[in-house]
Amino acid sequence: MLRKLFKFHGGVKPQTNKERSTTAPIAPVPLPDKLVIPLHQSVGGPPRPLVQRGDQVFKGQRIGAADGNLSSAVHASTSGIVRDVLPAVMPHTSGLTTLSVVIEPDGEDRWGELDRINVRAATPDELRDYLRDAGVVGLGGAVFPSHLKLKPGKEGSLDTLVINGAECEPFITCDDMLMRERATDMLKGISAMRHMLQARDVLIGIEDNKPEALAAVQAAITASGEKGIEAIAIPTRYPAGGAKQLIRVLTGIEVPHGRRSTDFGVQCFNVGTAYSIHEALEHGRPLVSRLVTVAGNVNAPRNYEVLIGTPMDHVVRLAGARPDTDRYIMGGPMMGVRMPAFDVPVVKATNCILVGSPALFPPPPPEMPCIRCGECAKACPADLAPFEMYWFSRARNFGKTQEYHLFDCIECGCCSFVCPSHIPLVDYFRFSKSEIWAREREKEAADTARERFEFKNLRQEREKQEKAEKLAAKAAATREKVAGETATPAAATAAKPSGDDAKRALIEAAMEKARQQKAQAAPKNVDVTSPDVQAEMAAIDARRRAAEHPTEAPPPPPAGQA
Amino acid sequence: MLTALLVMTGIALLLGAGLGFASIKFKVEGDPLVDKIDAILPQTQCGQCGFPGCRPYANAIAGGEAEINQCPPGGEEGIRKLADLLGREFKPLSEEHGVEKPKSVAVIDEATCIGCTLCIQACPVDAIVGAAKQMHTIIAADCTGCELCLAPCPVDCIVMEPIAETVDTWKWRYPVFQIKQAA
Repeated sequence: MLRKLFKFHGGVKPQTNKERSTTAPIAPVPLPDKLVIPLHQSVGGPPRPLVQRGDQVFKGQRIGAADGNLSSAVHASTSGIVRDVLPAVMPHTSGLTTLSVVIEPDGEDRWGELDRINVRAATPDELRDYLRDAGVVGLGGAVFPSHLKLKPGKEGSLDTLVINGAECEPFITCDDMLMRERATDMLKGISAMRHMLQARDVLIGIEDNKPEALAAVQAAITASGEKGIEAIAIPTRYPAGGAKQLIRVLTGIEVPHGRRSTDFGVQCFNVGTAYSIHEALEHGRPLVSRLVTVAGNVNAPRNYEVLIGTPMDHVVRLAGARPDTDRYIMGGPMMGVRMPAFDVPVVKATNCILVGSPALFPPPPPEMPCIRCGECAKACPADLAPFEMYWFSRARNFGKTQEYHLFDCIECGCCSFVCPSHIPLVDYFRFSKSEIWAREREKEAADTARERFEFKNLRQEREKQEKAEKLAAKAAATREKVAGETATPAAATAAKPSGDDAKRALIEAAMEKARQQKAQAAPKNVDVTSPDVQAEMAAIDARRRAAEHPTEAPPPPPAGQA
Repeated sequence: MLTALLVMTGIALLLGAGLGFASIKFKVEGDPLVDKIDAILPQTQCGQCGFPGCRPYANAIAGGEAEINQCPPGGEEGIRKLADLLGREFKPLSEEHGVEKPKSVAVIDEATCIGCTLCIQACPVDAIVGAAKQMHTIIAADCTGCELCLAPCPVDCIVMEPIAETVDTWKWRYPVFQIKQAA
């Protein structure tokens, strides 16, 4: 049966450079001297560390617990000893640090007690919690926790589950190799996802420049005998591997601004995610390694099965980095980001380490003025007008960029790729996005501060009022008491005391109370004093009495003084 | 002539009644301009502008009693926004009211704190927790960095610490312009 495919708007056809890294099978990586595992690897809150320095950990032991539901757990990638839990440089353009667990491998690579689950008996909620604790996240690059996406829409079922094997970005071949070598296991993962989502159809989209992968997946489907799963070759055009673009190509559905694909009965997962879901559900193995393509300025580009936390230069050494290497890029040449150092760890988002050199990626030519040719708008797969957004981003007019739907930009880089003036458009959009986010954070903080300030003022007012009321009530009570005392004996007398009398009575009562208190007041801590001190006190008392009543006779000389 | 007068009077009464009704029915509570100005101000409640809080300053700006360049935490961007909103000319930040500083939070040195509660009373947003003769501490998430707690502290145990950048708050830099070298 020939399926009708659809076209998405725009897109480009950069040189793919995928052939060299697919000649050799996936290779394992020898254990490095140390693994640095950042705790914050996925979208959502940073996980809490569960280990401390000196702890012995097993492979697959949870070292970071998911913080709330929008988060995902992190595991030790090998057995060994925790050398430290400290902030370390993370694979991020900023070069900032994040809390990481440093593990010194013991060389045995021993799995610990694995937490197993019965897939057929467990409820979907249990499976989702299990996947969260197994640290399964989207391996296509966005690292969105998978358990959050494995929820069917409001109807409780899904029309189509789209599996993304397009891998449109140049140089990267890890999904290609995964499909060639592990199609059967991947398919089992897809079946599990299909079960959880109650999906009717499964469409696996693979770009037509990967015939071996397509054949392997089709063979696996035939072998499994499962119905309603189809592997489809789609035209090679960047960015066909974008979720919205792939959904468009396979189903014809265009997900509009502000909506999700689940609203239209479609959900999309990467092939690598399907494989790691199978590993977690079938073998109980959490996500501790992933396939990484090492390509670019190396002698033998190849795919490696890399433990999370392995330093990038350790992997690149295997592929034979050339001496003029000056940078590592995480991801491909279109969307990848430059790494701050060579020894940053491989994380769950690392699909490719692209080794760069000045010869391979020469510095971009100088930026020229925008001539409003509209090439970027023709190339934009999200149907945006990049030249307009560029203009407003440059002028820091962020409100206007949002009117042009800046946040629908997927940062694919097509606009920068086609720009005849060599304007780094995506850099401008990233700049605008982060500025807008910063402003939103500031606004939120200001709103909280305003609320708290107003509440404090309100509270102070209330306290003042309450205090005044309390005082008034107390005064009234005393007045009543005094009035009662004076009234009882004089109950027979006709006249009620006038206002002045009442006040005087109040003052008298207060003075009487004070007198009584003064009379009762006795010096403290006099029981166990020595005779000397007692004599001294008597002298002081006598002097005071003399001062108060000068007419009395002078006191006798103190007993202690001779 | 009489008819004309009557007609005119009638129309006048009718319109007057309409306007009177509208002024009661569509009455606007407070000054909407104050709210707009207040939304631009950073809500640090630091009083550096010379008014006891952001809202009073917004009132003063709306009433024409204060300049728009008296808010150091709002900085240049805040002044530009106010200038835009009010149609006034942009002015640089007035120096007598202070200088723009990086965003910071107050930190109490817990070993030195004597528990006098003076800072708690000074804090405009109730971001300090503590009781008499008990150690105090600052809720960093709610601290606006207004520095109002520094002066009342009798043992000088409060310091301002600039907020460090994290991956979540990190911002992409403005793309650098490449300037072509002159031949």
